[in-house]
Amino acid sequence: MTLTTWLTDDAPASRLQANLGRAYDVTRRLLRNPLAALGVAILTVLIVCAAFAPWIAPYSPIGQDLGARLMPPSATNWMGTDELGRDIFSRVVHGARLTLLIVGMVAVISAPLGLILGAVSGYFGGWTDRVLMGITDVFLSMPKLILALAFVAALGPGIENAIIAIAITAWPPYARLARAETLTFRNSEFVQAVRLAGASHMRVIGLHILPLCTSSTIIRVTLDMAGIILTAAGLGFLGLGAQPPLPEWGAMISRGRSFILDQWWVATMPGFAIILVSLGFCFLGDGLRDVLDPKSGDKS
Amino acid sequence: MTAIHLQDLDIYYGESRAVQGVNLDVASGESFALVGESGSGKSTILKAIMGLAPDWTGTIEVDGAARSHGTDRAFSAHCQMVFQDPYGSLHPRKTIDAALAEPLLIHGKPNRDKRVVELLAEVGLDARFRFRFPHQLSGGQRQRVAIARALALEPKLLLLDEPTSALDVSIQAEILNLLKRLRRERGLTYLMVTHNLPVVSFMCDRLAVMRHGKIVETADVATLRSGQFDSAYARDLYRLSEPDQTEQTP
Repeated sequence: MTLTTWLTDDAPASRLQANLGRAYDVTRRLLRNPLAALGVAILTVLIVCAAFAPWIAPYSPIGQDLGARLMPPSATNWMGTDELGRDIFSRVVHGARLTLLIVGMVAVISAPLGLILGAVSGYFGGWTDRVLMGITDVFLSMPKLILALAFVAALGPGIENAIIAIAITAWPPYARLARAETLTFRNSEFVQAVRLAGASHMRVIGLHILPLCTSSTIIRVTLDMAGIILTAAGLGFLGLGAQPPLPEWGAMISRGRSFILDQWWVATMPGFAIILVSLGFCFLGDGLRDVLDPKSGDKS
Repeated sequence: MTAIHLQDLDIYYGESRAVQGVNLDVASGESFALVGESGSGKSTILKAIMGLAPDWTGTIEVDGAARSHGTDRAFSAHCQMVFQDPYGSLHPRKTIDAALAEPLLIHGKPNRDKRVVELLAEVGLDARFRFRFPHQLSGGQRQRVAIARALALEPKLLLLDEPTSALDVSIQAEILNLLKRLRRERGLTYLMVTHNLPVVSFMCDRLAVMRHGKIVETADVATLRSGQFDSAYARDLYRLSEPDQTEQTP
């Protein structure tokens, strides 16, 4: 029996086989969608760049060469050099690490926080719901970037504080989403059936309600990644995110602003990187939305 | 011995009183039906017994022990419920295996793998359904899974909330036969809600007719077969469920 037939077996013999088969099915259908496959490819490049930055980048990201300031793109400097003679291509490659760090940390902090608050709020209702959603509304009512700015101003500039500030501003939409989803099935019979089996509230929320909210949250998080990258870049642009000489893409654009008319590449190259990665996340998010629903498995 | 004893039971949904002054005794090993039109409060009684409709006054005793107003673990091993809609009563993202193993996990029962296979066999489902999702099963198969889940903790008492009304006729008969066999094999007590009188005469020993949240009449199945009810409402209900007789009435 080949691996493929084992994975696609109609009647799996074990839990492991059933789970692996489902993962295989999701991957296969995700890659069949051209845009999603493109998104996966872009993000793979991003991850490879971040993992192997010192080997990919031809020069040091912070090594200055004042004799070769503001050189246009050429065979030696693929994306040109900036005002201190640093190779922009090397800086962009190293910047992938920072971008991935920011995006990953924000997702890890804000998505579970929003999910749990939303699910608890929707499941219990009443006063719990009113208090938690009140807090959520307060956070939602303020523009993201302004709120993040305020937090960074209070915490001090720096990449860790930028991550914390973005995470604090990113969770309310997830809480709203999780609450709305929870409300649609908190009185459903399958939840009542688990209650009747003697499950605690914690168990019902953690094992039965949250799994139903996760796929929509994963989709939402992937689509929000672009926004998170832009917020981080915005903070960097304003000088409140990563500090020099860290090669953060937003900060690089900010430095290139002074030369944008004569030396366009200084600001444009990291800008391309931001656009490309944002697009990659959007494509992946759209693809996941089509795939991450077990019911859609029967259609294709 | 009395399995379920209800006395002066009033059940409220917010301000409105869904059930009022219900007195009912179901003997152990008996199959008892609650019959009535929609909104007569029959399902509400089941929910109150299970702890899903916590706002009630009066007495609910199950095997001599008074019920609390909520759900609890010890009670769940003793009494389970099968819901009306097999499409809504199974978690859409969990395999049949997970659905059947969940009660066993909650109660820390050993040999879960073996028990799940046994349960599937007991309700007449092939073992290859084990790792499928509910949407890959038909309505009748889902209802079998729901029955297997209710049996997982080996309860003595099963509350059935219109277990066949969402299924088509040929499947209904299969499920009813399954329920009948399980009762015989395991000595279960059934309290069944239905609006289908032929189902009652097939499955049950006694029945109570409900209307507007009150019990109109309690009768045994012989009365049902002859149609000799005391109350006018029960006779109406009987007449309406027999199509050929409806045509004969002047």
